[in-house]
Amino acid sequence: MPEPLLQAVDLRRSFGTVHAVDGVSFTLPEGGSLGIVGGSGSGKTTTARIVVGLEHADAGEVRVRGRARPSRARGREQRLARAREVQMVFQDPYLSLDPRTGVDQVLRETLRLHFPDRDPEPRIRELLDQVGLGTRAADALPRQLSGGQRQRVAIARALAVEPAVLVLDEAVAALDVSVQAQILNLLADIREQTPIGYLFITHDLGVVRCVTDEVIVMRHGSVVEAGATAEVLAAPQHPYTRLLLDSVPHPGWNPDRIAAARQELTSPLAQPTQHTGGRSEPT
Amino acid sequence: MTRGPMTRPPRPASANGSTASANGSTGSTTTLDVRGLRVTLPGTARPVLDGIDLTVGSGETVALVGESGSGKTLTSRSALGLLPPGATTEGTVLVEGHDVLAMDADRLRALRTDTVAMIFQDPRAALNPLRRIGDFLTESVCSARTGDRAMGRSAATARAVELLDAVGLDDSALKKYPSQVSGGMLQRVMIAAALMGDPALLLADEPTTALDVTTQAEVIALLARLRERFGTGLLFVTHDLDLAAAISDRVYVMYAGRIVETGPAETLFARPRHPYTAALLASTPRLTTPGGRLAAIPGQPPDLRTPVTGCAFAARCPLATEVCDEHAPAPLQVSEGPVHLAACHHSDRLVGEGSAVDA
Repeated sequence: MPEPLLQAVDLRRSFGTVHAVDGVSFTLPEGGSLGIVGGSGSGKTTTARIVVGLEHADAGEVRVRGRARPSRARGREQRLARAREVQMVFQDPYLSLDPRTGVDQVLRETLRLHFPDRDPEPRIRELLDQVGLGTRAADALPRQLSGGQRQRVAIARALAVEPAVLVLDEAVAALDVSVQAQILNLLADIREQTPIGYLFITHDLGVVRCVTDEVIVMRHGSVVEAGATAEVLAAPQHPYTRLLLDSVPHPGWNPDRIAAARQELTSPLAQPTQHTGGRSEPT
Repeated sequence: MTRGPMTRPPRPASANGSTASANGSTGSTTTLDVRGLRVTLPGTARPVLDGIDLTVGSGETVALVGESGSGKTLTSRSALGLLPPGATTEGTVLVEGHDVLAMDADRLRALRTDTVAMIFQDPRAALNPLRRIGDFLTESVCSARTGDRAMGRSAATARAVELLDAVGLDDSALKKYPSQVSGGMLQRVMIAAALMGDPALLLADEPTTALDVTTQAEVIALLARLRERFGTGLLFVTHDLDLAAAISDRVYVMYAGRIVETGPAETLFARPRHPYTAALLASTPRLTTPGGRLAAIPGQPPDLRTPVTGCAFAARCPLATEVCDEHAPAPLQVSEGPVHLAACHHSDRLVGEGSAVDA
């Protein structure tokens, strides 16, 4: 059996007394797409950051094609090799690009760093083409671009490295519905053309349904449910997954019932809820 | 902490009518009546708002739906007289029969403290982090009001406690700072604060967008209950079509500063008669749609530097013909029964196709 593209084994991370990630394991096959869903404070973003290497795990291991990712990279070569394993697209396209760097410059820099022997120009055109940006956008500064275009630039920059895994942390949450659909279609295209794997962090179950094959549902740092996306969404087994599903507005939506279900699910919990200032509320 | 606003004792009949009668209300049940509102900003090629007609009845929930830059937030803010500097306006914005655009500073102040309240998207950005929640709640009725209308501090605190209870928080919240409570709770505080002045009209600008999905339902349930109890008109600004469909009585869909379609929520989403509404519905990823590709709308909305002749959606519209580029369509009634208007030359071609586009 081939090694999975990405494997997380029993990841743990605590901040003070809060177990943000508490024994999370998952597997992403070659060319697969895995969604991580959950509410605020469920640990989904921390998990993603551990995979990328922006956060170190207290325990556990992230493996790419069977090889453990070192928690700290030593030296330039190792750092670059790490970067080629996993790239990330952030939520806010307005914050994730340097306002003074033009679009083609962003790509040129990345390409020069990773592939110093290649001529970057054809690849820049190829990347821009791949994410649906014209040559006019290539000369633009981020502020001259719309949110959707910026997110395309962020995706192009991540793809420039030819990563094995692309981590998308709420990458379409800040976009308008019509632009969001364009970006989701773009991501579907890229997955058809390249062997890349997606780790898709989102709170939007509609988006999960659209772009992932498999999904894990996180709550309070743990995985409460995992399986094929279609099955989990059609027949959720865990009450928290059901609550998430019921929370999506739909015809005949009853917010009162959801509010009641949410309180029922929260009350018997011995764990402190992870609010921003949650320490004031040790239940 | 006591949760469960459903079990609280009923509040005596609200003073909701008092502001209306004091203002010499026209006796109609229309809380907000925007007529032909056109707002132009300096240095732009087209009006930001172009002939907006919109009403909110008392006790009615009306959703205003559109994408960024469509003018939905500006429309809602016009009810508070909050327009960008340098804006020139045409048309009227009547709140309880009085034109907001013609008000002087004192009248506007009275309007904002007594009649219209707003709930913003990000509660953390709307609160002073250095002041306690209790101060924040009572400020509007103690300090912002002048003369006789100012409420005493103890009366104001009593009302704050009552409203905190109504939104499912207990009075310990009064002593807390914004950083000590979660985003969902803080949005409840914002709702309580908005209701302090017993407003006739509540403007909610994406009030749940910054919240957790499960918290969203709670805040919506709360708004619905409070609206019923206080008879407040609610204008709900959102980009979330499904949310708008689930909570509102009527919906307005905006595109590039114009209202392109309006009607009862159920009809409008089940059988959209404007191609933009249909396209938006089709491009929303849903639980019921299979994985894979979405029906994305090509292109982008026109920005303010581009003048618009004809229909603003024509460039992205699958049904567009020559007439669309030349003449801006007027809103026309598209079905029998309740008011359902669509501003489209080819609205008829969507009949029957509606379900196909939506599927």
